[in-house]
Amino acid sequence: MNGLRLEPRAHSPWWLNVLLPLAAVGATLVLCSGLVVLAGADVLTAYTKLFLSSLSTAFNLVETVVKAAPLVFTGLAVTVAFRAKFWNIGAEGQLLAGAMAAAFIGARQGLPAWSLVPLMIAGGALAGSAWALLPAVLKTRCKVDDVVTTLLLNFVLFYGMMALLDGPWKDPLSGYPDSPDIRMEAEFPILLRATRLHLGVLLAALATAGVWLMLRHTTLGFEIDAVGENPNAARYAGIRIAAVTLLTAAVSGALAGLAGVGEVAGIHFQVMAGLSPGYGYTGIVIAMLARLNPIGVVPAAIFFAVIITGAEAMSRATGVPVFLADVIQGMSLITMLAALMLTQYRIRRNRPEHE
Amino acid sequence: MESPSLLEMRGIVKRFGDVQANDGVDLTLNRGDILGLLGENGAGKTTLMNILFGVYAPDRGRIAIDGRTVRIQSSADALAHGVGMVHQHFHLVPRHTVMDNLMVGQSGRGLRLDRGFALKRMGEIERGFGLHLPPDARVGDLTIGEQQRLEIMKALVRGARILVLDEPTAALTPQEADGLFSALRAMAARQMGVVFISHKLHEIVAVTTRVVVMQQGRVVAETANDDTVSKKRLAEWMTGHEITPPSKAATTPGAVRLRMTNLQTRGGARPSLKGVCLEVRAGEILGIAGVSGNGQAELADVIAGVLPASGGTLEIDGRMVSRLTPREVQALGVGRIPEDRMGTGLITSLPLRSCMVLPRIRERRFSRCGFLKHRAIGRFADQQIHSFGIKAAGNHVRTGTLSGGNLQKALLARELAWEPTLLLAAQPTRGLDVAAARFVHQRFLDLRGRQGAMVLISEDLEELFALSDRIAVMFEGRIMDVLDIQAATVARVGLLMAGVREAA
Amino acid sequence: MNDILAQVFQVGFFAAVIRMATPLVFGTLGELFAERAGVLNLGIEGIMMLAAMAGFSTAFFTGNLWLGVLAAVLTGVVAGALMGLLTVSLGLSQHVSGIGLTLLCSGLSFFFYRLIFGQPSSLPKITPFETLALPGLADLPVIGPILFNQFALVYLAMALVPAAAFVLYRTPWGLNLRTVGENPHAAYSAGVSVAAMRYQALLVSGALMGLAGAFLCMAQYNAYTFGVISGRGWVCIALIVFGQWSPWKSAAGAILFAVIDALQLRLQASSAMNLPYQVFLMLPFVLTIVGMALVSRNAMAPAALLKPFRKEAR
Repeated sequence: MNGLRLEPRAHSPWWLNVLLPLAAVGATLVLCSGLVVLAGADVLTAYTKLFLSSLSTAFNLVETVVKAAPLVFTGLAVTVAFRAKFWNIGAEGQLLAGAMAAAFIGARQGLPAWSLVPLMIAGGALAGSAWALLPAVLKTRCKVDDVVTTLLLNFVLFYGMMALLDGPWKDPLSGYPDSPDIRMEAEFPILLRATRLHLGVLLAALATAGVWLMLRHTTLGFEIDAVGENPNAARYAGIRIAAVTLLTAAVSGALAGLAGVGEVAGIHFQVMAGLSPGYGYTGIVIAMLARLNPIGVVPAAIFFAVIITGAEAMSRATGVPVFLADVIQGMSLITMLAALMLTQYRIRRNRPEHE
Repeated sequence: MESPSLLEMRGIVKRFGDVQANDGVDLTLNRGDILGLLGENGAGKTTLMNILFGVYAPDRGRIAIDGRTVRIQSSADALAHGVGMVHQHFHLVPRHTVMDNLMVGQSGRGLRLDRGFALKRMGEIERGFGLHLPPDARVGDLTIGEQQRLEIMKALVRGARILVLDEPTAALTPQEADGLFSALRAMAARQMGVVFISHKLHEIVAVTTRVVVMQQGRVVAETANDDTVSKKRLAEWMTGHEITPPSKAATTPGAVRLRMTNLQTRGGARPSLKGVCLEVRAGEILGIAGVSGNGQAELADVIAGVLPASGGTLEIDGRMVSRLTPREVQALGVGRIPEDRMGTGLITSLPLRSCMVLPRIRERRFSRCGFLKHRAIGRFADQQIHSFGIKAAGNHVRTGTLSGGNLQKALLARELAWEPTLLLAAQPTRGLDVAAARFVHQRFLDLRGRQGAMVLISEDLEELFALSDRIAVMFEGRIMDVLDIQAATVARVGLLMAGVREAA
Repeated sequence: MNDILAQVFQVGFFAAVIRMATPLVFGTLGELFAERAGVLNLGIEGIMMLAAMAGFSTAFFTGNLWLGVLAAVLTGVVAGALMGLLTVSLGLSQHVSGIGLTLLCSGLSFFFYRLIFGQPSSLPKITPFETLALPGLADLPVIGPILFNQFALVYLAMALVPAAAFVLYRTPWGLNLRTVGENPHAAYSAGVSVAAMRYQALLVSGALMGLAGAFLCMAQYNAYTFGVISGRGWVCIALIVFGQWSPWKSAAGAILFAVIDALQLRLQASSAMNLPYQVFLMLPFVLTIVGMALVSRNAMAPAALLKPFRKEAR
């Protein structure tokens, strides 16, 4: 950039941390309004429908919260991983792994009824962990790039799951490729009568607190930050980088797995192809909007839950394609990145030389 | 009728934050000159040349080439005006061949790379300056001397008439250095101008036609290299006046805390230790003088457990240590204040309190069963902030917001808090104001008074003279000599620093 | 087992392999130019999707396939420029910028497809490219039908591999590009603009990725579906590691992947193996990961990959 240069900023004031995601989202909505216009709809009407339809009735409000639960989990999963600079793009696959484990355990006839829910939760978390540990081991031992491996493993798991759903795991009672339903006793209890607010939502809230606790109050959280920010200094200070990376992956995968458990045990009660419409990828955007802070994950997750549910209503009312939600998702990540740069650097004019 | 000089830099001023790198510098270079630019680290020589090569823009001042004022805003501009530079750290691609490195940035013949033309130019350079390299050799396989030759050829191939070399003989054998010098003389004979940045007096005396000495951003001496100039005079100009050490409490040195016998490290990208023998006792401060880049950083890294030795032995408290991890070295009671605070010492994006406990986070004092004891950490951080006078709004501020001086205090506080039995410090008061430096020095003397041992690596002679009981001088990976403080003078140390052995 | 092999290793099989390798070759060469200049372009999956949709739509409405190809290429170029803005001008994290670009471009491709075509009961189709038999060459035994009775775009891909090698290794532009990717300071001190080179590399990268998308929708298949790319973009990234950042080896990797891909299609169709077809779909990805694990230890990545360039940094 001729005439301009970037000068590192001394520190970023706290209000910037809240302002930035808002500014990024604002910029996104402004840019996307062009798409609404192209679709021949009125921007105000479309956006009103997009945002308010999920908040219009009490039931819709609860539904939005329910929709936000898996997003909170994947957002937390990516937050933990990215903090250690473990580029976990595989939350989608880890989610499905957890879902599969939950569906499998939940349908077992031989287990006592009271044990089903805790076993599903534990099994789902472990399955997600395992699926995340695989690329982590490849990274620490073979120096394989984690971005590509976590990504490719999403596809591997998805095809593996479909192979099972089409074959040995197919529900004989259904015409579609989906797994048998889990037992009635395995279904997550509903916390609010006449709604779908299931245990998974509570777990998501607890997980948020848990992740916050871990990052702020444990040595592991401390070491994760150190490794992510400056692995060299961390090594000089005696921190074991490989161990921290592996633990990070395990925690991250477990969180993503729990997202899957919630969807199976709370909403669908079985596994099928459309279980996750990209929650793992949305988690990435959520984590970045939250600036890798677990507390910020909740409002970001709710924001996307609002948009995802609202997009349907908006599409029906105005004819704007429902995929506006996907565009908003991708655009927010980019505007957030650009906004983040402003916290790190100031833009300054080059001062001209003079005699 | 005077013909204009080849290069004139007038009134160059450049400031980086708190540091005045160049303070009104004038420099003239004529055709046929080999100008030696002499000074200690931080004197401003490299900044001045970086301005000439377009890496920085000066705050004030002008540059004229062949009498015409020029604006140099990038390396491309510099090259276009005929200025070439050979940096201390080479700008080569090890995976590519000699030919590839030479041809970068050239337009070819039509679509293809013009190998024939490049070969022709290489032939011309060989005939004119005696510099030759096999065109298809992989640069990574070349010796350092050959790589440097390539850097020079790069500049010549682009028609440079002014060549700047920054500490060119740092990694050369004597024979390679001689080859370099004859090439430089050939350039001077062809009416080019050469600027030769160095701290090595014997080279300056051997090859230059004129000498300019810089100190703290200013030119302090300028002379033709004739019979009146001696290494002794140059050393005086470089380092300044004599220093009388302040009186320290006398201590009786106790047991040997650290002993190095013939310690060697492998070279390659970094300078190597070529057989270092050192001893440090309890209750003494051993100062290590020398211009940076002569092996001090490697010495520190070996003691810290980060760089393995390839030969010789290292003993800490009588125990032979070979491959220790940083945590184990710490457990032996060794504290470390590294030279690059922000690279390996602190993590700038973390809060200050975190950096204060970084190496000790798993100790019982700061964590239990994996949970951090925030109050204990905060108390510790506050204690250190208070006793060291660190200027920070609180222990929660981002470490990177601290000024250089306060960063150093934080590092010091962290290491001294554990009352190490052996403290290793490199450039500990760089960037500190006088009061802060004095405070730090007192802490070091306190440590010494408590029978702690200390290795103090510093380029600040005043500091070394104030604190050390003995001064060792490093040059090119070896200890030149170890002088007792009573017998040491700045003149003696200066000569040793510049590689001049004393007459027996 | 023998009849499977007999069934599989026919001329038709190898012709299919060349066809299926083509989009991978385009995508891999595109990513190669970016990475050789020091930029990891993770937008590849999204760019291929958006370009494919743009190309298909243009071909659908104009009836002109080559206009569709042009639209796809232009879409890729614009996306490449956006990547340049984020990673070169603004110096943002290449990892996250790429993911963002993929999410944005895939979202845009879904959005515009739905806007343009709605939700029709039957899939909108075009008349795809026809194969072009090269006169004389197509009549050669065995290799004739495999190599010389293909789509025009396949011939383009075949020509692009040696062309890419030539450009990279024998032209000044290519040398400057490689130098920027290995040691930007070396390029800078020789007067080359690092930013300009990286932008140019990204534009070329986008264009080639656009070609990959165009081929998939207008030659290999005759329609655009949301799953038309299905991870092929990510595979290209792995193929480059596999091919050690060399055009020839990466192209060979693409063919190897296509062999496995074509094999799994045949194995699906044949009833000899009783595994569900998805296992075969998985196979190429699994093998790619294994391949990367074997190769990454000695990875010869361009030395400056992933590092933004600031001229004051040493």
